[in-house]
Amino acid sequence: MSNTEVPVDQVGTVPTPSTFDKVEHRADTVRKTMANRIGSAVAIVIALLWTVPTVGLLITSFRPERDIKTSGWWTFFSNPTVTTDNYVSAMTSSSINLSNYFVNSLVITIPSVLIPITIALLAAYAFAWIDFKGRSILFVGVFTLQVVPIQVTLIPLLTQFVNWELNGSFWVLWLSHSIFALPLAIFLLHNFMTEIPRELVEAARVDGAGHVKIFFSVLLPLLVPAIASFAIFQFLWVWNDLLVALTFAGGDNAVKPLTVYIADLSGTRGADWHLLSAAAFISMIVPVIIFVGLQRYFVRGLLAGSVKG
Amino acid sequence: MVFAVALFAAAMGLILFGVSRLKRPRKWVLAAAFVGPAVLGLLFGLVYPALTTIKASFYDAKGNNFIGVDNYARALSEDAFQKVLGNTAIWVILVPLLSTGIGLVYAILVDRSKFEKFAKALIFLPMAISMVGASIIWKFMYDYKAVLENVPAARQPKQIGLLNQVIIWMGGEPYNFLLNGPWNTLFLIVVMVWIQAGFAMTILSASIKAIPDDIIEAARLDGVNAWQMFSHITVPSVRPSLVVVLTTIAMGTLKVFDIVRTMTGGQFGTSVVANEFYTQSFRQGNEGLGAALAVILFIIILPLIVYNVRQMKKTEEVR
Repeated sequence: MSNTEVPVDQVGTVPTPSTFDKVEHRADTVRKTMANRIGSAVAIVIALLWTVPTVGLLITSFRPERDIKTSGWWTFFSNPTVTTDNYVSAMTSSSINLSNYFVNSLVITIPSVLIPITIALLAAYAFAWIDFKGRSILFVGVFTLQVVPIQVTLIPLLTQFVNWELNGSFWVLWLSHSIFALPLAIFLLHNFMTEIPRELVEAARVDGAGHVKIFFSVLLPLLVPAIASFAIFQFLWVWNDLLVALTFAGGDNAVKPLTVYIADLSGTRGADWHLLSAAAFISMIVPVIIFVGLQRYFVRGLLAGSVKG
Repeated sequence: MVFAVALFAAAMGLILFGVSRLKRPRKWVLAAAFVGPAVLGLLFGLVYPALTTIKASFYDAKGNNFIGVDNYARALSEDAFQKVLGNTAIWVILVPLLSTGIGLVYAILVDRSKFEKFAKALIFLPMAISMVGASIIWKFMYDYKAVLENVPAARQPKQIGLLNQVIIWMGGEPYNFLLNGPWNTLFLIVVMVWIQAGFAMTILSASIKAIPDDIIEAARLDGVNAWQMFSHITVPSVRPSLVVVLTTIAMGTLKVFDIVRTMTGGQFGTSVVANEFYTQSFRQGNEGLGAALAVILFIIILPLIVYNVRQMKKTEEVR
């Protein structure tokens, strides 16, 4: 910002009318640099506060168990001893065995992303391009369902799943995550679809293409960015979810995802920081990779859909 | 999993294939094929359960006897629940204000700086990790080793939580952050602020960048200082986004229970409505009361959402 620097040797010259403006300007510049300095300092403090907690736990996860229990992680810098034991025992020891829950998380998440996007794409297409009776009422209805908090639906759903003897299987999680994602997915994809020029669709229709053909060959390629941003959202949401998983899979080790297991671990073995720290980072690896790699799409999705119900 | 995805794909393919084979399909057949799965899912997974829960909130613990508004009366009048409601109010007021404030200030400070991308990524990263993960990270920050009596300072157990060590370095006594009310609620709120500030920063940064350059240039020519620029130019220009961010975070905060459950389990007077709902429904076996709490949550969220949607429509009209 301060690109008008005043030479140092002018300091102390008598402010004659011709140099007076310059002095005034210099005072201004000094004030601005001061403001900039304070601003930068504040920014650095915030950045540190936001980074240090994670870094501390990350360092901890690589320290030997004895060290973790007897000294703070900051002493690592004077006495750096690194080990991957914590990760090995978190992943493979018979009492913890996170690898199972890691696989569970993947198995839960992947269909829970694919299914709602497919269903939402079809519905959004119909709402945007098929002119049927009651269309706008139905669309408003779907959109409004965003207001229903998930908590309200849990117990009746659980009762149904128990009646159908689906309880404790992945089906329950796939089904619930997919349904909970639908209102927002339909809404967002519909918004993107209506932005596609009408002529494009009309032209395809004149060429004799049916709805299915138009959907796949005209619209789908144009929607890839929108789909990607929603997919990342849904992925992070499902991977990081605790409430839904706890309700439908909380008691069953065969389907429990990482989040539920780590929350349990934190309750039962809250002092075992060598395991907890490694476990926390194992659960973060996938979302952080997705996040860092696809940040562009994620931010775009955030800006388009900042109003999540 | 592969089987389920294949099954789903096959079902979808069948519907689409059927539709494409029809020579002159009727409108409603088409509409049903495309919208049908979504509508069925929503009816089963959202509409029907929501109605059932509202009904259950007027019944007793086992759902057998109609007891009118007793559950609501209990939820609103008993001391323990008033504490829960009070905590929830503190969460919903503090989290949006703090995260939005920090996000806004940070977005302005790093705007157009050399390290903007990197600096933003640092604040934004907590958004990617689960609230359970974030809770573990902060539980470690807050970790507390009890001070032993009659033991010299040199032989006291070493603190492994950074915050308590900082207190000791500054000459204070270690403090049990999560146990002592009423401040422990504030220390839980810190975690949510830590997660949400990145969201606020991203949205606000985008709308700061959308402020036309000539307005900023004109203000600069008028010789406004940094504070005037902030209060007269930046804040009014991003007001619509501020509202969206505040209400969105407030809604998210109302529903959050991961942090409370992982860090304190709702003990020591830290419970919030979303957590109490879970405790009542699944631990205490009082489904009627749990349902009432869920409905109360819904009623509190509703005006926020209505307001948010109206605000969003307004900004769209302006655009």
